[in-house]
Amino acid sequence: MTDIPILSLIVFLPAAGAGVLLFMRDDRVVRWTALAFAVVDFALTIPLLFAFDTTTYAMQFTETVPWVPSLGITYSLGVDGISLLFIFLTALLGWICVVASWEAIETKVKEFMICLLVMQSLMLGVFSAMDLFLFYVFWEAMLIPMYLIIGVWGGKERVYAAFKFFLYTLAGSLLFLVGILVLYFQGGETFDIVTLMEGDYSFTVQAWVFLAFLVAFAVKVPMVPLHTWLPDAHVQAPTAGSIILAGVLLKMGAYGFLRFSLPMLPDASQYFATMIQVLSVVSIIYGGFLALAQVDVKKLVAYSSVSHMGFVTLGLFTFNAKGVEGAVLQMFNHGITTGALFLFVGLIYERTQTRIIADYGGLMKIVPVYGILLCVFTLSSIAVPGTNAFVGELLVLAGAFGANKAIGAAAVAGAVLSAAYMLGFYRQVALGPAVAMGGRGMWDINAREMAGILPLVVFVFWVGLYPKPFIDILHVSVEHLLVQTMGR
Amino acid sequence: MDMDAVTLSIIASIPEIIVIVGACVLLLIAPVKGRRFGPLLFWSSLATVIAAAAATFALAGEPRLVYSGMFVVDDFSVFFKMVFYLATGLCVLMSPRYLEEEDIARGEYYVLMLFALAGMMIMASGLDLLSIYVGMELQALCIYVLTGFIRKEKRSNEAALKYVILGSVSSGIFLYGLSLVYGITGTTQLTDMAAALSTGGADDPVLVLATVFLVTGLLFKVGAVPLHMWVPDVYEGAPTTITAFMSVAAKAAAFAILLRIFLDAMAPAAEIWVVVVAVIAVLTMALGSFVALVQTNIKRMLAYSSIAHAGFVLLGLVAGGPDGVASVMLYLLIYTFMNLGIFAIIIMMNTGDVSGEAIEDYAGFAKSHRGLALLMLIFLFSLAGIPPTAGFFAKFYILVALVEQGYVGLAVIAVLLSAVAAFFYIRIVMLMYMKEEARPFDLALTPSLRLAIAITAAGTVGIGLLPSWFLDLAQGSQFLGIG
Repeated sequence: MTDIPILSLIVFLPAAGAGVLLFMRDDRVVRWTALAFAVVDFALTIPLLFAFDTTTYAMQFTETVPWVPSLGITYSLGVDGISLLFIFLTALLGWICVVASWEAIETKVKEFMICLLVMQSLMLGVFSAMDLFLFYVFWEAMLIPMYLIIGVWGGKERVYAAFKFFLYTLAGSLLFLVGILVLYFQGGETFDIVTLMEGDYSFTVQAWVFLAFLVAFAVKVPMVPLHTWLPDAHVQAPTAGSIILAGVLLKMGAYGFLRFSLPMLPDASQYFATMIQVLSVVSIIYGGFLALAQVDVKKLVAYSSVSHMGFVTLGLFTFNAKGVEGAVLQMFNHGITTGALFLFVGLIYERTQTRIIADYGGLMKIVPVYGILLCVFTLSSIAVPGTNAFVGELLVLAGAFGANKAIGAAAVAGAVLSAAYMLGFYRQVALGPAVAMGGRGMWDINAREMAGILPLVVFVFWVGLYPKPFIDILHVSVEHLLVQTMGR
Repeated sequence: MDMDAVTLSIIASIPEIIVIVGACVLLLIAPVKGRRFGPLLFWSSLATVIAAAAATFALAGEPRLVYSGMFVVDDFSVFFKMVFYLATGLCVLMSPRYLEEEDIARGEYYVLMLFALAGMMIMASGLDLLSIYVGMELQALCIYVLTGFIRKEKRSNEAALKYVILGSVSSGIFLYGLSLVYGITGTTQLTDMAAALSTGGADDPVLVLATVFLVTGLLFKVGAVPLHMWVPDVYEGAPTTITAFMSVAAKAAAFAILLRIFLDAMAPAAEIWVVVVAVIAVLTMALGSFVALVQTNIKRMLAYSSIAHAGFVLLGLVAGGPDGVASVMLYLLIYTFMNLGIFAIIIMMNTGDVSGEAIEDYAGFAKSHRGLALLMLIFLFSLAGIPPTAGFFAKFYILVALVEQGYVGLAVIAVLLSAVAAFFYIRIVMLMYMKEEARPFDLALTPSLRLAIAITAAGTVGIGLLPSWFLDLAQGSQFLGIG
């Protein structure tokens, strides 16, 4: 292994890019520079994947520098199999977001790209932080660029949506902060995540801290009943904002459960497991029904996210290898598939300026390439065998049946619902007679758009047909997590 | 007192002497009319502040107990004096153009500011209730006058009158508490008081009464509920530079003596006041945060915001202990940077017909002034306590102190209320970035104001990213009897 601080490089490269953008004027140059930084950042994660040792659960590529020594705060980064997958996903979606905003963002391009790149840095930081304080700083600082992305470049009700997003997440994370501090003093005045995982906390402490963490993570996931900010934020956010929200931000809640709740608070996790399982199933079914009733396509995808993320939390709290691996894989899949669906919605919105499902019809005849690719992601969202989501959902359901048959059976109903709303959506939009659509006219997917979509298609089938490399990355870390959660 | 003790006393109080002599010299120049004297006053007050800071820096180190134990130069007082110098210096930097805009460019302005500074310094160094009281009154009297400095403006006069009357009442209450304490313990020296109280009498009803009076007098000065009524009116009416000065320097001075009196002298009576202060802190935060939501004038909004911040800082006092004291000190230092940053921008908006005081005036600010809007955004997010700004670290450290002492419930209430408070800060961000501008912006941006904004921004971002040095400084500047 080399001495290059590769994680710091990956985390801060986009932020450096944002700094460079400050000095640029021409929008064209700004777009290309932002793209260059995002692509290079993505390229840097590939050697990381190859150099990653899949046989150990220990943190790899670690870097530690004292930050605030008198409080035991360090700047320390590191990855295990779980976080590696999300760093890769974030870096991938990062440049896709730049591509998706190429023409969609027409005003204040420079500021938008700066927000996007800063956001990128902070998200990568969240997934690689090995110090709880550092994690919290990244986690909370994300609110600033995201608030601006929704509020400045969003749709008509953007201000309301941005406020709602900001306040919901802030209130949740502040409780998280108090929970962190309680753990800090219980765990021997350290913020080091690995050390805190080894601590032995009394059940009372665990239970309260678990509940504090739960609020923060459940808002981010989002889990019913704390999901109401999501549809507003998604509908109002620009395409890139929606991709980030669905692709990465929602994962952070689940990542929080994985990284903190399960290993640090094992007794409380088991105590509250049934509650979380029930809430997850409620999210799956309730989200599904809500999605079924939507007329706005972005809302439909947003509620489908609520439903799909229910599978993730369900899988996490089954506490068996199948369920947890399925959940992590499902997080990755959801990032790919829902990210792609928001991208597709954005593409068509750029052309027609409408998001009402009923305004569309027969896209297959007008723009066949778009129609076929949309079909791929629709099927992926339904979890048809051969696509990525099938593997994830199957594992989660297998895990759920292993844990509790009734819960498993109820979750299957959610899978059926997703077929109902997605197929209904696809029939209306792509099939049937062609309908005249207003806006700026129609054109099929161009080369730039294709460049953003193709990698996502590749992952849909790669994970769907040959998930082994992904599961290999996860496996040892998940095993270790289960030992931490169950083995005491 | 022999000659050596007198010499030592004089040496220890050189910074105060510099400030007072500087103020007196300015007083001699002030009546002279003429164009050249404005800048002269400005530069000489800056020079006085810098000279005093240098002297204070030179005196730092071993604690010096002088003037028969009434006055102390310890790291604690040095830390606070540095905060006062910083605040005064920045407020002086913001002043010249504003004074011209408001047509109040008179020499007495700087003189009074320096005398107020001297009063605060005596408060921070006072180790006797009497010297503390003298410093407090010197400071308060100067600020009463400065509040009413815009003579032709009714709001300013009204604010000054309100402040004088309410301020005097609170001083009287404090003085009465002081006399009761003297009656019980037979001393006004803080260290002797602690000794007298710890040898019994902690459940003496007179002591409870005395404590309540002292608490009341001091809480008035920091604007805590239910003695907060003066804050919005005075903040709104006073010249903006003076509002800025009050909101940071006067408040820091009040907290300095709160810490000294309660955590040193009154520590044996802690069971009497901790609950009272905790309840008041929560009420203060709640009232400040909720009432600020509906304000339309930015100075009033910042007044309520400062009430909310005072409530948060009081929690550091409740926590007590070395971390509690250090957290209050660090918070006040950081608050000085971020709050003065906001005020510098408000002052910059004040030109001719536009006062820049309505919150709506900031609509669309980001369109035409990207850099300044970005700085304002940083200050606002810092006040809201969002990382990676310094404001987050300030709040974080108070929470650390609270949780360390087991006050987890208070910490939860505090964070939830600060989520409420975040709303009115980000509302301004929303106006700046997400609304169309109503009119072209015409800014009074002088070089000295630019410098003030640059310093405050550097502090807000710098302490946020690298808090370690400042944290160690605050932790290392405790007074005796703590830890």
